[in-house]
Amino acid sequence: MKIAVCIKRVPDSETRIRIAADGVSADEAGVKFILNPYDEFAVEEALQRREKAGTGEVVVIALGPDAAQETMRTALAMGADRGVLLKADAIPADALAVAKALAAELKDGGYDLVLFGKIAADDYNQAVGPMTAELLGLPCVTAVSKLDMEGGKGVAQREIEGGVEVVEFLLPAVLTADKGLNTPRYPALKGIMAAKKKPVEVKPVTFAAPRLRVAALEMPPARKEGRIVGEGAAAVPELVRLLREEAKVL
Amino acid sequence: MTAILAVTEQRDGALRKVSREAVWAARQLADQLGGTVDALVLGAPGVDVASADLGAAGADRVLVAANASFARYAPDSYAVTVAERAKAGGYALVVVSATATGKDLAPRIAARLDVPLASDVTALGVDGGQVTAARPVYAGKAIQRVVFEATQGVVSLRPNTYVVGSAGKAGAAEQVSAASVRARVTVREVKASEQGALDVAEAEVVVAGGRGLKGPEHFHLVEELAKAFGNAAVGASRAVVDAGWRPHAEQVGQTGKTVSPTLYVAIGISGAIQHLAGMRTAKVIVAVNRDKDAPIFKAADYGIVGDLFEILPRLTEEVRKAKAG
Repeated sequence: MKIAVCIKRVPDSETRIRIAADGVSADEAGVKFILNPYDEFAVEEALQRREKAGTGEVVVIALGPDAAQETMRTALAMGADRGVLLKADAIPADALAVAKALAAELKDGGYDLVLFGKIAADDYNQAVGPMTAELLGLPCVTAVSKLDMEGGKGVAQREIEGGVEVVEFLLPAVLTADKGLNTPRYPALKGIMAAKKKPVEVKPVTFAAPRLRVAALEMPPARKEGRIVGEGAAAVPELVRLLREEAKVL
Repeated sequence: MTAILAVTEQRDGALRKVSREAVWAARQLADQLGGTVDALVLGAPGVDVASADLGAAGADRVLVAANASFARYAPDSYAVTVAERAKAGGYALVVVSATATGKDLAPRIAARLDVPLASDVTALGVDGGQVTAARPVYAGKAIQRVVFEATQGVVSLRPNTYVVGSAGKAGAAEQVSAASVRARVTVREVKASEQGALDVAEAEVVVAGGRGLKGPEHFHLVEELAKAFGNAAVGASRAVVDAGWRPHAEQVGQTGKTVSPTLYVAIGISGAIQHLAGMRTAKVIVAVNRDKDAPIFKAADYGIVGDLFEILPRLTEEVRKAKAG
């Protein structure tokens, strides 16, 4: 089974975002970058599938700057076989431009399965996976939290509001991984050492002209200062009065 | 004439609340552009077309694409149907709700039309004739403003951000063609969750519990308060989801859901940055925590410091009384 996992380098979730001088991006100075948390589920799933099949290859594909090679090493240390970096100094806000670049790389790869994380923790687009599937003409299930595959087809579960959808699909397919799909492994020391020697191919990438322009990146409006109504259960009636009369939400 | 297409969503044949929000948001934008709004209903024959509701929310026309295979979400056929309709109608913008279905559907539509997409949008506008959108990024830690530099675009709209008013449009129903392609992806079954149908991302009130509850066996206190509100969903912090006390569906914050309810009640949640990012757009925030220095109090409009095991039953009782009165 040949599996591609498309991964992304994103700021650590503890990061406080500061606006860069250009006014349209986040200041990267001093920011720690990590493998996108949802991509960890995708990498883990690929490794488990390869282990179960007893044969196959897991290729991680990242689109981003040179520094994304470090992120890729995390996936290689977990156990992926090799990496491809589609090198771009800046990632367009237009998800379709990114999907086109990935689809061009994946098209002739002969992959049985293409995995993505459900959403990237930076741009919050939740779009590149299903867009890539459409461009490749492959079946796609997004936000998969449970997966069974047998022969040429699979059954996935995805969370919807107030329930779960059970979805059947044909392989080859594109899936995006949600939390709950598996428990990602921590790279062992042996894996970290081995990862240093695994091949990473670097290919420059050019994008179709983006048609979504970022006009500004701003801090969210500050909330007005709140107040402590009181201490203990004795403060409850006053809270309820405020919710009803002042906030008018009761 | 600029036309906008709002894609509605139904479940079990009934229109979902987010559909009216999508139509209303489309209406606000159409009014700025001097255009019209078509609402598209996809469903099995006999689906609730709700043309009066959709007209009131701002639809000039309600286009019905009915097909026996549309009773449940059919990703491929839905995407083809919407894309074909969008092409035929020459719409400037296609508005989809950023629900579990819409987040799956919107990128497919955009890719099929070869047009840009803005996801999880909280405000739409017009600047120099171009459609603009504001969308939270970095789990809500920043807001990105984007401009569509194309004659057509797709947006998915975050639930609960537009308050639907009354537009008094005709909402005249018309049948349109429904594509049925060979399905390579089929929704075989929809299992309702034990928690009930109200989702944390869509509820008007969210009562969320954290580690301060000390164990899963105490979460009934949170559930009872939610029940007292009547229209509330139960939420949870990452800590208690990771500990296995509560399902991931309830998690609020980064690696969980971003919510914008009218009222958010945080019980025993300290307020880590990842959690605050997920709920800071709530209209009113209430926090109950024993630690007066907990970061959650900085985000909260109203706070009570103290023992939640003492405060919660009293709060439930008072809310119940206020609701009854």
